[in-house]
Amino acid sequence: MTRLVLQRVALGFLTIFLVSVLIFAGTEILPGNVATAVLGQSATPETVEAMRRSLGLHDPAVVRYLRWLGAFASGDPGTSLTTGRPVGADLWQRLQNTFFLAGVAAAIAVPLALVLGITTAIFRDTLYDRLANILALAAISLPEFFIGYLLILLFSVQMGWLPSLATVAPGMGLGERLATIALPVATLVLAVLAYMMRMTRTAVLDVMARPYVEMAVLKGVPPARLVLRHALPNALAPIIQVVAFNLAYLVVGVVLVEVVFVYPGIGQYLVDAVAKRDVTVVQACGLVFAATYVGLNVLADILVILANPRLRYAR
Amino acid sequence: MKRRPSLTGIAGLIVVVLIVVLAALAPLLAPHGEAELVGEVWAPPSADAWLGTDNLGRDLLSRLLYGGRITLVIALAATLLAMVIGCVLGFTAAIRGGWIDTILARAVDAVMAIPTLIFALVLLSVLGTSNPILIGTIACLASTRVFRLSRAIAGNIVALEYFEAARLRGERLPWLMAREVLPNALPPLTAEFGLRLCANFLFIAALSFLGLGIQPPLADWGGMVRDNAGAISYGGLAPLVPAAAIGVFAIATNLVVDWSLAHQAGLRD
Repeated sequence: MTRLVLQRVALGFLTIFLVSVLIFAGTEILPGNVATAVLGQSATPETVEAMRRSLGLHDPAVVRYLRWLGAFASGDPGTSLTTGRPVGADLWQRLQNTFFLAGVAAAIAVPLALVLGITTAIFRDTLYDRLANILALAAISLPEFFIGYLLILLFSVQMGWLPSLATVAPGMGLGERLATIALPVATLVLAVLAYMMRMTRTAVLDVMARPYVEMAVLKGVPPARLVLRHALPNALAPIIQVVAFNLAYLVVGVVLVEVVFVYPGIGQYLVDAVAKRDVTVVQACGLVFAATYVGLNVLADILVILANPRLRYAR
Repeated sequence: MKRRPSLTGIAGLIVVVLIVVLAALAPLLAPHGEAELVGEVWAPPSADAWLGTDNLGRDLLSRLLYGGRITLVIALAATLLAMVIGCVLGFTAAIRGGWIDTILARAVDAVMAIPTLIFALVLLSVLGTSNPILIGTIACLASTRVFRLSRAIAGNIVALEYFEAARLRGERLPWLMAREVLPNALPPLTAEFGLRLCANFLFIAALSFLGLGIQPPLADWGGMVRDNAGAISYGGLAPLVPAAAIGVFAIATNLVVDWSLAHQAGLRD
């Protein structure tokens, strides 16, 4: 089992390496154009040339890639092309904000989705089950910004309970912080809840159709025990996969939600940088997002291995 | 067994057709021009402007119709391109096998390890935003999923006797793809087309909402949400109308795809 886990971790690092190559290559499609993009079309050839030299754009791509990756790994992703500030400090501050937002959303969405998924599986084909399914189908298709603005209109403008803009400052207390991000958290929870719930329900129902569960029914196991003790352990693997997939989605969906609520997170940072063509910031944010995404998937693979007793012993 | 027609599927189909027709006929139906100023900023609905006006005083209904047209056209173009790229590469990988298959599959795995939105943002930051670039970027990213599906389907077909016969006859790759594999792969690929169309539509809306998709003064649903976002503080509904239109189209497409998938499952029984 240790070997399997180590293999997954190694594979994860290999994937992150490949992803870093792809992100670097993606920003290399127009070589040398960074200088022109930042300085604008009206810049004289001399200023462009000076900028290219100061950025080291004359070096071969492989050299620049290795230099970039080395600096990134040692904690310095370079300086912003538009503001001249070091990217590292801004990135770290915003990353904490984003993880806080996504973390709170996940802490609410995951348990809620599991409970809803399991209870709809127990009470399947009842009114409760159908209602939950119809609502879930609607929530899956709605874009995040629709949910976001709807929540703002209801709870912030009409009722005046919560702030519409989630502007957090470094000195805020935890309670105040949680109240400020209540609406973005609710939007994120609604965006990921439905899918997780439906997949949990499907996974549990899938196991319920097996002969050993029928055996348990016939010998008179009560329904709650049947689902929790007999069906759930075998449904764990697909559920873990779905939860990880949705947490990874949460990290991405956070981009849109941050823009809706003007939240100072890494998603907003990335979008601003793309609009200003600040390639250094885009590369750094892209790599951080992708690494988080890959990391969550590797974590899910490891948990699936741990949840499966057949994989616990070396063959 | 006689199958009952699915009510939700038919309802979804009607809504999709209705939206497509309304969007296609935008220049005929729209009471005002796409960029024409008709009144006050964020005016409430009136006889002249049925849904009110937007952040610059343009007619919201007219912009909704025009916006639907451009968003749908770009989503459709990107999806068609993605299907062509994905299917050609997927079929080639399945038919040829060997190192071509390995390289293509690994490359697709690497691209899929990056969240689509993030990769698109990285590409757009360098390439800038114009409609052809938007279509190309979305098509390339969406084609990875089409590749996986078409490779899996073609893998099953390649193992069948009639395909082996065609190969022994000495047919070339284009014939094998178009005449032997494609007809039998068409039903699942049609469902995939619907799913991709819906996903790309939402993706374009999201990019435009971030200000990185379709550029003004062209109206589009995602951009309209962004432009009118300020109205929400005054209790205005202007940003919710285009957002709801996006949601309705996405739900309707999903219902049609569900119907088609259930229909295919029924045929197989």
